[in-house]
Amino acid sequence: MKLDKIIDQLLNTARREEPSDKVPYAFEKRIMAHIADLPAPVDAWASWARMLCRAVVPCAAAAALAVVAWLSVSPAQQPETAALDSELEEIVAMAIEMPVE
Amino acid sequence: MDVPDQELIAAVLEGDASSFEPLVAKYQPRVFATARRYARREDEVEDIVQEIFIKAYQKLSTFRGEAPFEHWLMRMAVRTCYDFLRKHQRNREFTVTEMTEDETDWLENRGEDTTDRDTDRDAAKALVNRLLEGLSPDFRLVIILLEIEEKPVKEIAEITGWSVSKVKVTAHRAREKMRNLLAKVAPEKYL
Repeated sequence: MKLDKIIDQLLNTARREEPSDKVPYAFEKRIMAHIADLPAPVDAWASWARMLCRAVVPCAAAAALAVVAWLSVSPAQQPETAALDSELEEIVAMAIEMPVE
Repeated sequence: MDVPDQELIAAVLEGDASSFEPLVAKYQPRVFATARRYARREDEVEDIVQEIFIKAYQKLSTFRGEAPFEHWLMRMAVRTCYDFLRKHQRNREFTVTEMTEDETDWLENRGEDTTDRDTDRDAAKALVNRLLEGLSPDFRLVIILLEIEEKPVKEIAEITGWSVSKVKVTAHRAREKMRNLLAKVAPEKYL
């Protein structure tokens, strides 16, 4: 068909004609001026990783404090715990000693 | 010595915005050439290129480095040009006007190798541009990518986010539309 041939020829011309890659003078400065007003791009994963790294020391300190606090409080609770243990022992012994009908 | 793209990108992501400038300087000629396929007025071309680089800067953290930065940037460039076409669609209604003398001459002499003559080349270019401007954004995009830039269908599907079959169907319809437009503008004796 004639129309198809003409279109092929036209597209062929367009293919051979590369558009100009000329850049206006100092165009990159114009882009950088716009970028200066924008918030910096943020890499979410990198920020998350940085936050995790920063959190390591305070978390470790908090854990150490918790251990120290627990150790200092736990001896006072020992008698109570011992009483509980003996009560539990008695209950179990009673259950064993109960006659089976 | 040129700093590798990856290093510049890492510097930008660490907060050094000035490291983006060498990337702009390096790739702007190619981005300008691409934008000139979709827009004819130079002020429109500049606006498109500016938008492409600003988008690239804002979305830089999504660049994972699996493909070269240039591919990522050019994909963004084509999408931005497509958005431009869609935004300006209403202003670009195709008008049936008489062909210029040069365009008529080109049709008469076609088949001969007239590509060396500037007037013939310009007439053919004018005719192609006229036909492209009469196409919808989808049709124009696919004709530019497939027929003029000769990109593979699969790559066009990746750029546009369309399925391979949609690209093929759109290309077929776009060509049909070009035929209809040409039939409207060209004198019957040449068709």
